[in-house]
Amino acid sequence: MSDIILSMRNVTKKYYGIKAIDSISLDIVRGEIHGIVGENGAGKSTLIKTVSGAISLTDGEIYFENELLKPESPVDAIKKGISVVYQEFNLLPNMAVYENVFFGMEIKKNGFLDRPAMREKSKLILEELGFDIDVNSKVKNLSPAYWQATEIAKSINHEVKLIIMDEPSAPLTEKEVDQLFNVVRKLNDNGITVIYISHKLNEIMELTDRISILRDGNLIKTVETKNTTEQELIKNMVGREINEIYPDKEYSDQEVILRCEGLTSDKVHNVSFEVRKGEIVGFGGLVGAGRTETMRLLFGADNKTSGKIFVENQEVNIKCPVEAIKNGIGLIPEDRKNQGLILNKSIYLNSLLPSLYDYTKYMFIDFKKSREDIKEYTDILKLKALNLEQICLNLSGGNQQKVVITKWLLKNCKILILDEPTRGIDVGTKQEIYQLIKDLALEGKAIIIISSEMPELIGLSHRILVMHEGNLTGELKGEQITQEAIMTLAAL
Amino acid sequence: MLKNLKLKSFFEKYAIYLVLIIEIVLFSILSPYFLSVDNLINILRQVSIVGIMAVGMTFVILTGGIDLSIGGVVACVGVICAKLMVNGVHPIFAILVSLIFAALVGLINAVFSHEFKLIPMIVTLATLQILKGISYIITGAIPVFGFTEEFKVIGQGYLGPIPIPIIIMLVLYVIAYIILTYTSFGQSIYAIGGNEEAVRLTGINIRKQKYLAYILCSLITAVAGIVLLSRVNTAQPSAGIGYEMDVITGAVLGGISMSGGEGKITGVFAGF
Ligand SMILES: Nc1ncnc2c1ncn2[C@@H]1O[C@H](COP(=O)(O)OP(=O)(O)OP(=O)(O)O)[C@@H](O)[C@H]1O
Ligand SMILES: [Mg+2]
Repeated sequence: MSDIILSMRNVTKKYYGIKAIDSISLDIVRGEIHGIVGENGAGKSTLIKTVSGAISLTDGEIYFENELLKPESPVDAIKKGISVVYQEFNLLPNMAVYENVFFGMEIKKNGFLDRPAMREKSKLILEELGFDIDVNSKVKNLSPAYWQATEIAKSINHEVKLIIMDEPSAPLTEKEVDQLFNVVRKLNDNGITVIYISHKLNEIMELTDRISILRDGNLIKTVETKNTTEQELIKNMVGREINEIYPDKEYSDQEVILRCEGLTSDKVHNVSFEVRKGEIVGFGGLVGAGRTETMRLLFGADNKTSGKIFVENQEVNIKCPVEAIKNGIGLIPEDRKNQGLILNKSIYLNSLLPSLYDYTKYMFIDFKKSREDIKEYTDILKLKALNLEQICLNLSGGNQQKVVITKWLLKNCKILILDEPTRGIDVGTKQEIYQLIKDLALEGKAIIIISSEMPELIGLSHRILVMHEGNLTGELKGEQITQEAIMTLAAL
Repeated sequence: MLKNLKLKSFFEKYAIYLVLIIEIVLFSILSPYFLSVDNLINILRQVSIVGIMAVGMTFVILTGGIDLSIGGVVACVGVICAKLMVNGVHPIFAILVSLIFAALVGLINAVFSHEFKLIPMIVTLATLQILKGISYIITGAIPVFGFTEEFKVIGQGYLGPIPIPIIIMLVLYVIAYIILTYTSFGQSIYAIGGNEEAVRLTGINIRKQKYLAYILCSLITAVAGIVLLSRVNTAQPSAGIGYEMDVITGAVLGGISMSGGEGKITGVFAGF
């Protein structure tokens, strides 16, 4: 009999009468790395929230080291040594790294905050994790990879026995994922048990000892990683077989629709490129290479210090998103929580916003038509929700992302920029999105895609531009497009 | 469990209406006259001024802003309208001028809080002080009175058995309800209060919506100011001072979230 650290017995959680997880019984063995996989809305995040005490249980019990966990008590879970890195960042962007690391667990001396000690200790924790971060810098000035590092440091600033990570690799590029893996393994070597949730099955295969598969709130089965394959996982997750195939790259030369000349800001240096009708252009590079910043300049979300933009050979003056959209440019932003969604508003309102005036006649909104059109896209994307009135906060992470995609598909832009469009999306739906992107290109739309997932970028793009530290470092076409070529340019 | 949950969210949603019903029942037991039509009309008339102002305030609070200058708008509009009328200007023109003045005040509030990125609370507090000052200067702190009979109709007249102020208030609530629920302006106001950055990135002109909200707020407040002037028949530079607190309290009790983006106009109505 192996040593069970965490035991879930018939754990059930209902929302509005619908079971998000249904009578799950699962034992986690001390010292293992346990993977959890499942489609968007399968119940992964819900399951771990019941363990961390973030939400109440409808039914069932959870034991940690043979002691009953107090339900709905995060304090109890933390005290017993359970720590969670949630899917969405929970950092305070205006505070320093060390303040975030010790938020809620501040070190005090004579009743006052002991800042030097907190600085020292957070520096130590981060160094041990292999990150060299200035602990005094504000979180908002750091790249997402460092946010993740801060989150992890925060979760291990006290005695931890079990650490749960919900899609920790989603905002990271491959190189940073390697670093994350080192951290996870290091924690595991120190005897900490890890539960690791991810949609990237190759990560799950590489990292874990055992894997549990959830589908529609049920535990389908738990398998030994060495006895399974990615295909088998997918089959159990989705209930059918899916091949990671990318749509074929049909492309015939058409006229240039977008041309950027010398886009410049403090983070982007003199970037020029063009995109043709029907073309899918990928942007490669590491996190912080300036890809997102370039797109924000193009979209008018940030101000450029210099540079020109031409749409259909006409110079356009884009100073704000309103003007970009008027010129047929749309941007699906990477940060769905802050930029993509109004979390406490409905799926309907969120999806409608970019097209609000297209559906407005004499000031009044055409609810019927807009609802039908939105429904069409949410069906293709298999959005899992009670109805369109459900507020986005109550959707699973992947389903929130589907709302962001819906709202821009509805707008039907001539030029569509997608910044990490499949972040947090499950394997099956990814294929649907790839097909959608390809269909848009076939219709003559110009597509720009930023992705940290190399296979996705390579699989989709007709042409790839690579950036490094705000500079365009190269262009790859056809046969030239390989992982090595991109990596070389990305590190130039 | 599930039932409990449903009950709980039911209470959260309709609490303000329940309180209203409980109050009505309680008062009618305590005083047999309470439920009489006369008395109800009386109560409605008393709240009508503040009730009208709350309609305007709702728009601003929904965008995540606030307007503390409304008390000053009431005073200033009253004083301007009165001065014009006693100097022989036709009431209709006097009212028109007052409304234009109010719209300008709203515009100024919007410009300072949106363009100069100042905190709305501070901007509108300053506007309040300035408007108070203007009212005192215009009147020299002496009440202005002596209006025509036709002007008195607005505040004192009846349509059948119902006082005109109540009708004005009800009409404004209905219009506000329609705007907030069915128009793109109304829906974008809710959206802006929810997450302004996300709305900016969807290409909605935030400036325009916010300007409209502040201008509407001032305009509707001006209507309240004119009704008040007509009812009390005298313009006082101190009229309307302190109303902003009643108005905001009413709106918040009615479920409008101070941080913006949440709440229904029907709740605000019950809030009074
Ligand atoms: N607060 C809530 N109110 C209502 N329903 C909810 C709430 N939170 C989650 N749900 C529902 O519970 C189900 C499971 O959600 P959960 O977040 O656990 O999915 P997930 O497996 O983590 O998905 P993803 O891969 O997209 O993150 C979803 O259908 C979701 O809509
Ligand atoms: Mg999740």
